[in-house]
Amino acid sequence: MPESVISATALTKTYGGVAAVDSIDFEVAPGESFGLLGPNGAGKSTTMRMVGAVSTRTSGDLTILGLDPEHHGPDIRSQLGVVPQQDNLDMDLRVRDNLLVYGRYFGLPRALVAERADALLEFAQLADRAKSKVDDLSGGMKRRLTIARALINEPRILLLDEPTTGLDPQARHILWDRLFRLKEQGTTLVLTTHYMDEAEQLCDRLVVVDKGRIMAEGSPAQLIREHSSREVLEVRFGSDRNAHVAEQIVGLGERIEVLPDRLLIYSANGEADLVALTERGLHPITSLVRRSSLEDVFLRLTGRSLIE
Amino acid sequence: MTAVRAQRGALYAGNTRAVIHRGLLATRSTNYLVVFSGFFEPVFYLLSLGIGFGALVGTVQTSTGAEVSYAAYIAPALLAVSAMNGAVYDSTWNVFFKLNYAKLYQGMLTTSLGPLDVALGEILLALLRGAMYAVGFMVVMQVLGLNLAWTALLALPAVLVIAFGFASVGMAITSYFTTFQQVEWVTFIMLPMFLFSATFYPISVYPHVIQWVIQALPLWHGVELIRGVTTGALSPMLWVHLGYFGVMIAVGIVVATRRLRALFLR
Repeated sequence: MPESVISATALTKTYGGVAAVDSIDFEVAPGESFGLLGPNGAGKSTTMRMVGAVSTRTSGDLTILGLDPEHHGPDIRSQLGVVPQQDNLDMDLRVRDNLLVYGRYFGLPRALVAERADALLEFAQLADRAKSKVDDLSGGMKRRLTIARALINEPRILLLDEPTTGLDPQARHILWDRLFRLKEQGTTLVLTTHYMDEAEQLCDRLVVVDKGRIMAEGSPAQLIREHSSREVLEVRFGSDRNAHVAEQIVGLGERIEVLPDRLLIYSANGEADLVALTERGLHPITSLVRRSSLEDVFLRLTGRSLIE
Repeated sequence: MTAVRAQRGALYAGNTRAVIHRGLLATRSTNYLVVFSGFFEPVFYLLSLGIGFGALVGTVQTSTGAEVSYAAYIAPALLAVSAMNGAVYDSTWNVFFKLNYAKLYQGMLTTSLGPLDVALGEILLALLRGAMYAVGFMVVMQVLGLNLAWTALLALPAVLVIAFGFASVGMAITSYFTTFQQVEWVTFIMLPMFLFSATFYPISVYPHVIQWVIQALPLWHGVELIRGVTTGALSPMLWVHLGYFGVMIAVGIVVATRRLRALFLR
């Protein structure tokens, strides 16, 4: 196995005695697409900031590209591309100038930056907007420009903090396509998200984090296999009857979850369980058999209560 | 030894020019009317008080004993004010916005730039605005015949020093601000400093205690420095004034750098 580009051991960050990141371990291999999945406040962004060498750890070990961010912040940052949660494009500069100026921050020669800027505008499908004001771009375009900007120094690792939050479905799919191309070119991607479809689309491997700790780790398929059943049968009997029905079908499937609006029966064979249900004289208003998803894993591991 | 070098490496990438390049490119989208309003303020004072009011006053004795026309007395003070205004407007209002709203420095510090590159670049840009105001003002002075000695040429490096001092301290103070009201306080302090720092009359009119307070403030040193060179009254005190600004520059840069580090690299 090639040497990992990011290695964290017992990585911890506390703010005023409260642990935002609580002793986590993970490794990221070169060229891998690694995801941090978790609810708001789980410690994803804090982890990303430490990996980005803009936040110092409280304790534990962290090496990025073999270097300790404590002592080699600028060296590490020169090899990273950062896409922050909120776009922080330079609103005083036009689209192409955003790339030129950012490239100069890395001390790259003017001609080289100009060449890369044009290629990146093509890549981000913004070539025709080179002279536009940043303010006039749509949300999706701004996001693509932020990603293009993060690539100006040809980073070895691209860090993306919730890359598609707030974008419409079209814009998200375009962005995924661009990120997938980067992955094909061998760029290591590290991303945080709370969208399961995004994690399934983009991540080779991911960790589910909650309250600063790692709850599970593996590929999306592995996580589903380990933490959920193959299929899920969803049935609705009306909000007043769901709980009552649940008592009558104990033993069906591997696990039953009662939600206010429906019952979830985690099972290896949803259709068979649906037949078993009707044989007991129970006739749901609606029923649905579907494959288990990462969302089931996520909710199982991090709970259904609202986190704010 | 390596630790020291690593420490310095974390603060400074030797790439201040990239920050200045960004600043100059960004001025293309600025509103020049707003930029130049700061320049005209001392010019209007010079025209109204120097020319108009000066006709009633006649001549004034400078702190080194020379007799000069009232307009020639206040012109160097207003030149110092000009340098101060440009540097302070830029290093307070503009820096505050970039720090808290545009998130510019946060973005810069995710690259290989260090906090010293950013602080120094922004301070030099503020200095540039102060220098632009001051050079414009010097042209007005020359046209009105208020540069009384060849040493007035020395006012050019002198205004750079003054603008540098105010820009450094301005940026350092602004890095602590979290609301616009706090930025207003700077404006509130600058007005009395502008009016009372031997700008329009010698400070010998005040009791000693007040004189000491004024002599502790930066503008008085700027005014005396410039007045010395434009009226040709050079004295060893000029070194004290220069030293005062030297300290402002050094302290401002150190504090601004530390603050950027504390804000964005912790």
